[in-house]
This record gives sequence, structure tokens and C-alpha cells, in this order.
Amino acid sequence: MRQGLVPKFILFVYLALLMLPIYWLVNMSLRTNSDIMSGLELWPHQPTLEKYIAIFHDPSWIHAFGVSLTYVAINTVISVTVALPAAYAFNRYAFVGDKHLFFWLLTNLMAPAAVFAMPFFQLYYAIGLFDTVWAVALAHCLFNVPLAVWILEGFIGGVPREIDETAAIDGYSFPRFFVRIFLPLIANGIGVTAFFCFMFSWIEELLATTLTSANALPFAAVMTRAYSVSGMDWSLLSAAGVLTMIPGAVVIWFVRNHIARGFALGRV
Amino acid sequence: MTDKPINNRAWFFVLPVLGFVLFSSIIPAMTVVNYSIQDTMGANNFFWNGDAWFRDLLNPSTEIGARFNDALFRTLAFSFTCLAIEVPLGIAMALCLPRKGWAIGIALVVMALPLLIPFNVVGTIWQIFTRQDIGLFGAALTGLGLHYNVTQDAISAWITIVVIDVWHWTPLVILLSYAGLRAIPDAFYQAARIDGASRWAIFFNIELPKLQKVLVIAVLLRFMQTFMIYTEPVVVTGGGPGSATTFLSIDLVKIALGQVDLGNAAAMSLVYYLITLTVCWVFYTIMTQIERRRDA
Repeated sequence: MRQGLVPKFILFVYLALLMLPIYWLVNMSLRTNSDIMSGLELWPHQPTLEKYIAIFHDPSWIHAFGVSLTYVAINTVISVTVALPAAYAFNRYAFVGDKHLFFWLLTNLMAPAAVFAMPFFQLYYAIGLFDTVWAVALAHCLFNVPLAVWILEGFIGGVPREIDETAAIDGYSFPRFFVRIFLPLIANGIGVTAFFCFMFSWIEELLATTLTSANALPFAAVMTRAYSVSGMDWSLLSAAGVLTMIPGAVVIWFVRNHIARGFALGRV
Repeated sequence: MTDKPINNRAWFFVLPVLGFVLFSSIIPAMTVVNYSIQDTMGANNFFWNGDAWFRDLLNPSTEIGARFNDALFRTLAFSFTCLAIEVPLGIAMALCLPRKGWAIGIALVVMALPLLIPFNVVGTIWQIFTRQDIGLFGAALTGLGLHYNVTQDAISAWITIVVIDVWHWTPLVILLSYAGLRAIPDAFYQAARIDGASRWAIFFNIELPKLQKVLVIAVLLRFMQTFMIYTEPVVVTGGGPGSATTFLSIDLVKIALGQVDLGNAAAMSLVYYLITLTVCWVFYTIMTQIERRRDA
């Protein structure tokens, strides 16, 4: 389909508007507070990395960043690992209750976190996991495991069933077939799924802050420190905000060719 | 979906998933059910309260009932406003995306960027951006002579939350529509060109029908996410001014964690959850219908 200049122009304007709030945050993070309060500047006249340096020299920020990355990583590994066989089963076999089960998984993906905040707090407090990275990692399984099953099921549907049958005839045992032949075939799907688990765990904030208090406080929660009695530390808040965007921006580059399909839950 | 071999041993493959999700859903859900039918005099003394919490909640003449009604109405109005803007805008932008070339990768990454920002940072970004003194958006609107104040004016606050949601989530609709558009074979377009079809005819007869499936997913995801919106309004408006932007999730957290009014909060959670469940089921049915029709 050929396109004229008009759609390109509209798209360009849209992308520029999309970036504007983010640009403003970066702008704020490069200025000092007195500079910010002295008036509006469209770009930093005297850029300074002061707040970034302050964050990198403060162990509590570094610790929180590590905590966030840790529970996100644990959650991603758990979600993808347990979802793989389940997605295969849903796509390849019919079994008692399969459709109901699949729907039930979807409902967990849609469960409002606010509904679960209070009972989660009590549950993890009771089993002694409160304020650990494991509490957050397990809590995020509530929506990430169903999400992983859904996306992987879509990608597995793209692999012809004849491949399974041929491998069986060639004498492959099921585990060997699954690991040696099948997993490489859906490598893209696994990558996209991992990306989505990473993303949803990274951006979730309500459960992560409810389930932690001091040791395992996520990075996003430490940001509230910028709200102090002496007023807002806008510059620090902005710098921390910019830092939270970096992991996402890095991982998205690796899956850029497949994200569209992933967002469609693998079913396009 | 049709001729899959029946194999009940496939359950073993599903068991790990079941274990993890059950742990995170059934136990908390039972806690909520437990609270919803009991009352307490404090000091962990609970007694049977029947359906009293639910009767209060669903009766608009009680205080909690009125509050729930208002919050539900606000949330639904918010969801529909967002959908009405995001879905058409998302389709339009997806049509503007080039189908090949170097620009597509960059456009996709730039577009996905807002989706990867933690919710409270999205709030922070807009908290700064909409301030009249240091924010570009707030300063520009005030400079144009508009009455704009997020923390004091209900209409400003409401519009701001909608703008944030549109900014944050329209890219999701674009990405979905784009994935759907890319799945249309070139042959369809060539046939349309030979027939001399207009741009509108191509859109309504080829593209829109082919987008049906992704659009159902988009509407479902967007409805659910707007229906449970929490963090952005909390950071930007705090649910105010007054209760202008106190959506269901916010009210629920206020009642449960702020006032520790467990009975009311639990009953509200369950009704809230049942509404999501119903909507979910409707969309799921539509989705499987579309899939079945395509397979047939």
C-alpha cells in the first residue's frame, strides 16, 4: 500500500506529542531545584547531572533498584517456565475442563490489584514472606502466569502439529523433543513473553509497595522520599523517574520486531 | 481449535500453572469472602453477619451504597470516555504507520516507551507536566487564558486523567491494530486497486473486518485497565478535588486500608470483581465466536 506525505506527517506529530511529557521529565532532571522554580525553560540552560550522581552515590537507591530488578527477574523466570508446558497442553490437546480453565486464567489477568492488596498483605505476612522480593515475585504471578500462558499459546498455535508427529515417529522422547526441537521453534514467542512479564512486573506498583516495608522496597516506592517536609525535590524525583524508564527502553529494543504480535496476545 | 486429540494427561502440564495462580488467587479471594459475611467488634472477634454488607452496598440510600454507586458511575464514565478516544485514534495512527522501511522499528520503539514506565512514574511525569508553575502543559493552558488547575478544579482534574490515560495507553491500541493490519495479505490490496476501490472502501471492506479480532482484544484490555485505574489518579489528583476522580479502586483502597472497614471493603471487592468477571466473560465469548467463525 502506497502512502503519501500526510500520514507520515500526522504520525510524526503524534510521536512528538507522545515524547513531550517524557522530554519534560528529562529536562527537569537536568536542572537544579532553584533553577526549576525560577521559571519555565524549554531546555536546560545550565544542565547538571548533580541528582543522577547523588542517586548513584546513595546505597538505598542502588539497593532499591537491585530489589526491583530481582523480583522482576524471579517473576519472569517462574512465569515463563510454568507457562510453557501449560500453553503447549492448551494448544495441542483437548482435556476435561480446558475451556473453563483457560477462561479462569484470563479472569486473573483482569483482576483489579486493589481487590487483592489487603488479603495479599495478610497472606504474605502469615507465611513470613512479607517484605521480601519473593512476596512481590509470587504476587505478580497472579497476572503474569496467565498472561504468559495466553501469549505462548498463541505462538505455539503458529507451529504446525505435523512437527510434533514427525518427531515422535523419528523416535524422539517427549522431553527431548520439547527441549531440542520445540523450544527453538518458539524462541521468538518465549522472548516476547519474557518481555511482557518483565514489563508488567516492572510497572506494577500497588502490590509491590503493599507487600514491602523496608528491606525490599521497590525503586518506585523509594521515590516518595522526594516528597519531604521542606517541599518537593522536583529535580531528584525527575532523575529517579528517568532512571526507571531505562530498563524498559533497553529490553524493548531486543523484541521490537515482535512486540506488536505479543500485544495481540500472540493471536494475530 | 477443532480436531485436537483428547488427552486428559495434559492436566499434568497445567498443574504448575494451577498451583501458582491458585495460591495467588483462591486464598486471597477466600479471605475477602470471609470478611464479607462477618462483622467485628474489634480485637479479632468476628461474628456471622450474613448478607448485611451486600444489602448495604447495593442499596443507594445508605452511605456506603451511595458512595459505591457514585464511584461505579464515575469509573464507567471514565472507561467509556477513554475507549471512545483511544480506539479510533489507535486505528487511525496504525493506518499512518509505514508498512516497511527503517522508520517502522523506531516508531514502534518510541510508541511502546510510555507502556514501559511504572504507573507511579507516569503519575509523577504528569504531576510535573500539568503544574502551572513548572509544567509545560499547565503553563501553556494557563497562558492561553484557560482556567486550568488540577488540584482545585474538578473538570480540569477529570480531563487530565483522561489525557494521561490516552497518552499512556493509545500506543497499545496502535500496536494491536498494526499487528492486525500487517496480517492482511498484499493480494487483498492489489485486488482492491484493480477494482478501483476508494480508500474508504478499502478501510470499511477489507481492513476493518480483518481488524475485528485484535480490536476485541484491545477493547477488552483497555476496558479492564481503565476500569481498575488506580495509581495515576492517586499520584496526580489524589482522587480529588472532593471525590471528582475517586474511581472504584481508589475508593476501595481508602475503605480497606485507610478506614480498615473490612466488611464494607470486602463486599465491595466481591461486587467489583463480579462486574469485571461478567464483562470478561462477554468479551471472551465474542472472541471465541470470531475464532470459530474463521475456522469454519
